[in-house]
Amino acid sequence: MDFGGISRRHLLQGGAALGLSAAAGLKPAFAAETTIGFIYVGSRDDYGYNQAHAQGAAALKKLPGLKVIEEEKVPETDAVEKTIESMINLDGATLLFPTSFGYYNPHMIKMANKYPKLHFEHCGGLWTDKDPKNAGSYFGYIDEAQYISGIVAGYTTKSGKLGFVAAKPIPQVLRNINAFTLGARLANPKATTQVIFTGDWSMPVKEAEATNSLIDQGVDVLTCHVDGPKTMVENAARRGAFVCGYHVNQSPLAPKAYLTGAEWNWEALYPKFVKMLAAGESIPNFYRGGLKEEIVKVSPYGEAVSDEAKKHADEIKAKFMADGYTIFKGPIKDNKGNTVIAAGTDRGQKDPELEKMDYLVEGVLGATS
Amino acid sequence: MADGSIGLWTVPLAVLGGAIRVSTPFLFVSLGECITERSGRINLGLEGTLVMGAMSAYGISYLSGSPWLGVLAAGLTGALFGALHAGICSLPRVNDIAVGIALMLFGTGLAFYLGKPLIEPTAARLPAIDFGWWSDIPQLRAALRINVLFLIGVALAPLLFWAFRTTRWGLLIRTAGESADAARAMGHSVLLIRLRATMAGGFLAGIGGSFLSLFYPGSWNEGLSSGQGITAVALVIFARWDPMLCLWASLAFGGAAALGPALQSVGVTSGYHLFNAAPYILTLLIMIITCSPKRTLSGAPAELSITR
Repeated sequence: MDFGGISRRHLLQGGAALGLSAAAGLKPAFAAETTIGFIYVGSRDDYGYNQAHAQGAAALKKLPGLKVIEEEKVPETDAVEKTIESMINLDGATLLFPTSFGYYNPHMIKMANKYPKLHFEHCGGLWTDKDPKNAGSYFGYIDEAQYISGIVAGYTTKSGKLGFVAAKPIPQVLRNINAFTLGARLANPKATTQVIFTGDWSMPVKEAEATNSLIDQGVDVLTCHVDGPKTMVENAARRGAFVCGYHVNQSPLAPKAYLTGAEWNWEALYPKFVKMLAAGESIPNFYRGGLKEEIVKVSPYGEAVSDEAKKHADEIKAKFMADGYTIFKGPIKDNKGNTVIAAGTDRGQKDPELEKMDYLVEGVLGATS
Repeated sequence: MADGSIGLWTVPLAVLGGAIRVSTPFLFVSLGECITERSGRINLGLEGTLVMGAMSAYGISYLSGSPWLGVLAAGLTGALFGALHAGICSLPRVNDIAVGIALMLFGTGLAFYLGKPLIEPTAARLPAIDFGWWSDIPQLRAALRINVLFLIGVALAPLLFWAFRTTRWGLLIRTAGESADAARAMGHSVLLIRLRATMAGGFLAGIGGSFLSLFYPGSWNEGLSSGQGITAVALVIFARWDPMLCLWASLAFGGAAALGPALQSVGVTSGYHLFNAAPYILTLLIMIITCSPKRTLSGAPAELSITR
């Protein structure tokens, strides 16, 4: 099946009425609107994962000719199928963003098969050749931004001890922990990262306890990979530690303690998707990128970041932007002393081996099981 | 140590700190439920009350700038929910457990709905009293920054224990819980006693919620309670309807919740899921050890629908 053709035909049939071209700002005279549906697993103002997507949705709302509808707190069950159906049948949505990881299989796949003329874009990078062509799954290499955070953290720490509050030891999380640590050791070769797994994506009391335990251990810069970093950021700042954020910019919560952070940049990506459709192009089913592709970004530096740290971090950031930098460059040992990436092997961002990461690099204190 | 780390001492310190920080909501909800159950009714809705309390405390504190007004609002919201539970249960042939489950869902749902705009703003928090001023170990000082609500809770436990034993009110509540007929024969309205007991229970549970949003972890979000209200209700059974045992059980639960993260921070990384589950394993163990097929639970009010 030629996806491009279908897409074009769809656009010719419905596109004029739907005013997709108006979305691109080419023919704003079209009266009808394109409706885009966003589905979040949690609350869209959680200072975390869902807020990042909601900011992307907000960027679309600013474009003329687009109508954005949103639904929050949709569990990763049949409920998401019902939400999709109602967005399509009641609101006339033609492009859907079910943003949570667990929406993809089987729920979104089922809906994409049922409505072959509509577009489905999922966040998580799960698309394979077997999946419907009108479905896509995009993801960002946010470990690049974590690497920059690590550099800043490495310069800022006085004790040389960094802390990472993590949800679960899955590859995406381990990759962030490892990138953060490798970045920190670039700045301070003796720096270590103590990691604590809370066991789930949203456990405010555990996250607060983990933050306190880390600080009791002498950790003075913390970051995290949980759904809502608010608890960690606020509790660490209260104890006088510095923080690097995650998902979105949390500096309003702790302006003095906030160093920098790894953020999603959906507000840059989503308008691109809409423009692709409006121009009659198809969105690649498997869309990925990092800082260079503007899918992730780094928060502005906080006041506690030294000039030396800024200079080094900006230098590396520039290399990422020029596509000339590899984080996982051999030789890399795990924290048990085994070589996981041999000398001379470069594991670039798109290397599928990195998707299977099951180790913590040298310098991380903690274990994956 | 020179680098300011205290090594393995983190673990007992974290358990101590956790017992103080994490236990307060357990303590308030379990003491509240203790009053309600002693009067012969189970209010399973306290999870909803806890979350509503957390939300209303945060909202009022944010709008008024005074966290103490927030605590009061949380208590009043809780009392209102208690009145609702008691009101519905006083109708004939209404099961208090079913009403409790309904109110639990209603309370959490309503709190999430009304609390939507409160996730982002930062409200004024309750102050902490520095009991660690004598120490120069920052970790110990941090653990000993105690909120006054915790102290009130700790004082409330012996007070309730004494009140159940020696005061007229305590006796009335116990009578209503042990034998509704006896209370009626004495000329008292059982429904009124239970209404008041459920309202008092709701009031305390609401205050427990205000601790969550205004002190620790100290902000409003939807995952805030994650079942602490239900755990606290179970804790009452585990504590044999005795306020003093509720206090010890709450402290044990708080300490156990801190154990998982603390052990990981000192490098005990294997089986952290097991340590995270420590509070629940503890409950199961004690339940198994103390249960007996030959008798009903000692201390259980005879009018409770689970023992009747």
